[in-house]
Amino acid sequence: MPIVDLPADRLETRFQDAKPLYTSTEAVVEANRCLFCYDAPCIDACPAGIDIPSFIGKIRSGNIEGAARTILKVNMAGVSTARVCPVEELCAGACVFNDLNSQPIQIGRLQRYATEKALRTEAETGRKLFSAAPSIDKRVALIGAGPASLACAAHLALEGVESVIYEQDNILGGLNTSGIAPYKLQALDALVEVDWMLNHGVKVHSGVAVGRDVKLEELRHQFDAVFLGIGLGKDGMLDIPGIDGPNVWGATDLIRKIKTDSHFSIPTEVQKVVVIGGGNTSIDIARELAMLGVPEVDILYRRTQSEMPGYKHELANARSKGVRIIEHVKPVEIKQNKDIELIAENSISGDPLSFHCDWLVVAIGQQKLAQHLIPELEVDDKGRVKVDPDTGMTSIKNLYAGGDCINGGKEVVNAVADGRDAAFAILRSWGIKANLDNRQEA
Amino acid sequence: MADLFTEMCGITSPNPFWLASGPPANSGEQVMRAFDAGWGGAVWKTLGQPVVNVSSRLAAVDYAGNRMSGLNNIELITDRPLEANFREISEVKKRYPAHAVIVSIMVETREEWREIIKQAEDAGADGLELNFGCPHGMCERGMGSSVGQEPQVLEKITAWVMEYATKPVLVKLTPNVGDILDPGLAAVAGGANGLSLINTIKSIVGVNLDTLVPLPAVGGKSTNGGYCGPAVKPIALHMVSALARDPRVNVPISGIGGISTWRDAAEFIALGASSVQICTAVMHYGYRIIEDLNEGLSNYLDSMGMTSVSELVGKAAENVTEWGNLDLNYNVVAKINADTCIGCQLCYIACLDGAHQCIHTRKNDCLAFHGESDHGQNPRLQIGPAQNHTSGGNEPEFLPFIDEAECIGCNLCSLVCPVPDCITMEEVDSAKISESWNQRVARQSG
Repeated sequence: MPIVDLPADRLETRFQDAKPLYTSTEAVVEANRCLFCYDAPCIDACPAGIDIPSFIGKIRSGNIEGAARTILKVNMAGVSTARVCPVEELCAGACVFNDLNSQPIQIGRLQRYATEKALRTEAETGRKLFSAAPSIDKRVALIGAGPASLACAAHLALEGVESVIYEQDNILGGLNTSGIAPYKLQALDALVEVDWMLNHGVKVHSGVAVGRDVKLEELRHQFDAVFLGIGLGKDGMLDIPGIDGPNVWGATDLIRKIKTDSHFSIPTEVQKVVVIGGGNTSIDIARELAMLGVPEVDILYRRTQSEMPGYKHELANARSKGVRIIEHVKPVEIKQNKDIELIAENSISGDPLSFHCDWLVVAIGQQKLAQHLIPELEVDDKGRVKVDPDTGMTSIKNLYAGGDCINGGKEVVNAVADGRDAAFAILRSWGIKANLDNRQEA
Repeated sequence: MADLFTEMCGITSPNPFWLASGPPANSGEQVMRAFDAGWGGAVWKTLGQPVVNVSSRLAAVDYAGNRMSGLNNIELITDRPLEANFREISEVKKRYPAHAVIVSIMVETREEWREIIKQAEDAGADGLELNFGCPHGMCERGMGSSVGQEPQVLEKITAWVMEYATKPVLVKLTPNVGDILDPGLAAVAGGANGLSLINTIKSIVGVNLDTLVPLPAVGGKSTNGGYCGPAVKPIALHMVSALARDPRVNVPISGIGGISTWRDAAEFIALGASSVQICTAVMHYGYRIIEDLNEGLSNYLDSMGMTSVSELVGKAAENVTEWGNLDLNYNVVAKINADTCIGCQLCYIACLDGAHQCIHTRKNDCLAFHGESDHGQNPRLQIGPAQNHTSGGNEPEFLPFIDEAECIGCNLCSLVCPVPDCITMEEVDSAKISESWNQRVARQSG
């Protein structure tokens, strides 16, 4: 089955790109604004540590391949993270122009320009941005085909390691394919990048669940190391009566349907949706539903807006699409009448509240999978897999982990950096220093 | 990846990028950091009898929001003891044997030249560069550009140096001359192994209008300095190509002058430089710019199917000729892409006021659009009201159109147009066979 393949009638294709690809003029004009700071704050703010002034300088000089290489050598998912990263909170948020009361450099858009252009050139000319080393007699299995595993596998493959990914899903790329707001990145574009990463010599078995179809112990025997990049599980649901009734959705489940399913649509009877939660997933789904034409979308949160873990800029964008925020709501019970009635109470005063809606979406985080899969694995009090921060190795020897399963759910760029660092640590454990490993020896 | 290894009159370096003699190559510590960053060579800040420098030494021209489009300095040669410099040179060569260390020197008497050449060579210099270019301070003492401006003196001192030197000698030329061939040929006649150019251009970059003291100010006074940076590149490119094209100049050239990017470097090399030297861009951004210089040049050579820098040397110099050899029957006309035009009408006003009145709009007054070219042969005293052009169509009022018969193909509209590739200059198929001015004169007199 081809990797870059999804039904054409996905609901997400109705969304337009919020930040389209720069033209070359736009890119050069924006690149020329960059001050080329030394020891730049944007680099420190990037979880992957991309040398941002350097890649922007290369856009300025017309060295687009070089710009892309500067990005991709530390962030294999440079194309998608350019569009998915909350740059307002990361690199662009740290840009010195913020202190000059000027618009910060549009780093995400410049990154997208460099990487997309360079990958296109690579496809056209066949001149590879990175070439793989001759194969060495080492094998690594990777569980899950999300950004962490893909980055880890690609880095290993570049060093000549036989890298084999096992993924229970038939769609690769994890949440980067099935969970990103469609006005940022659509699933097919995510798969193009997955394909690029795999093309460095990574093998994939999709539709194969570790634990069910293949045992972890077998993998640990067959391979020199195993990387765990399983992310998180199903949507966590509220423990209240009526939660398993009809028209009650888990947020990531609903987003996945919008992004990947054929024929899925929002029925016209859905006039009002209530979203419960306060993180970025709740904001995403609320904005998506509002943009798809649901007339009334409310986010109910148990504390105040300023305490919401979701990003301020995302919240502002959602509100500009008509999404309302209702504070201090503690859900108590879901009743199914003609519509859905959510019985709740004010989380401060305890006063009773009632909300009517056609759909209710729960966005309160995802379940942790790791310990369920490997009972002997050490996890922290929040169920996150414990790893050595230096190497990414878990409590089990030669079992490494990265991404959402160790951080509880952060950005794609964090997962990619974890995968990269684990790859370098695995190689170092064999006495090999990867070509792209720029870590200084202590 | 193309090989950037460079050989120039016996001096070798891992790539063609050398630090030019100046503040970035003032000490061993700096040069070693530059080599670590990826620089191929360094021309040491000029050594001579140490001087005293003034405070406040630099001033710059900012253009349209860009800092340091041009830089001016009144710093002299090294103000550090010669012994310290030589000890550092020797240490750098010990630690970086594959990199090029060229020592720039400037002294007065024959005896001083003999002595300093021996010291530099003993320290391990791979080559020497004679500073006959500095146009401020030193020239008033009979050195620097005062030598470079006197071909006979330049030739004589070069000949002294060649008597004593065992390492390759580059003569660094000043652009402050009428014809760069005069000092260039004098250096060759004196026996130089190579030429470096350009040094800085004599300049005053501005005046503080509050104090009425020119820049940079030293205690209420100023003096002329040497101008460099991106603004001087075209002058340097011309001088490099003039020397590279002359068959009497049979020595390699190190190109200097406003190089900031790999593109600039590739242009110098294509016009005849075998190596390039950079100073201002490092003063602006630091040694780290070398990563893009190396990578960008290598990618470019790959894209051109070239495997080494030497394949590019002089490739564009072959296409520089004198005006009299240009084809008088070659014609281009401007075309405006209606899909990408944003309606700024900069082309219209540039052509109307600054060129040949061949761009019109339906909204603005214009020369009568007659569709027949007279190229200004008939008297012109006024422009007439706006009128429709014959091609008709539904173009918006703001969209300019070209009177192609009248367009003389000067390029101005395409240069002022802010949209890339919106105005293109396209060749007109000429029925006439090619003929240059020189050929026409020969035909008419023959």
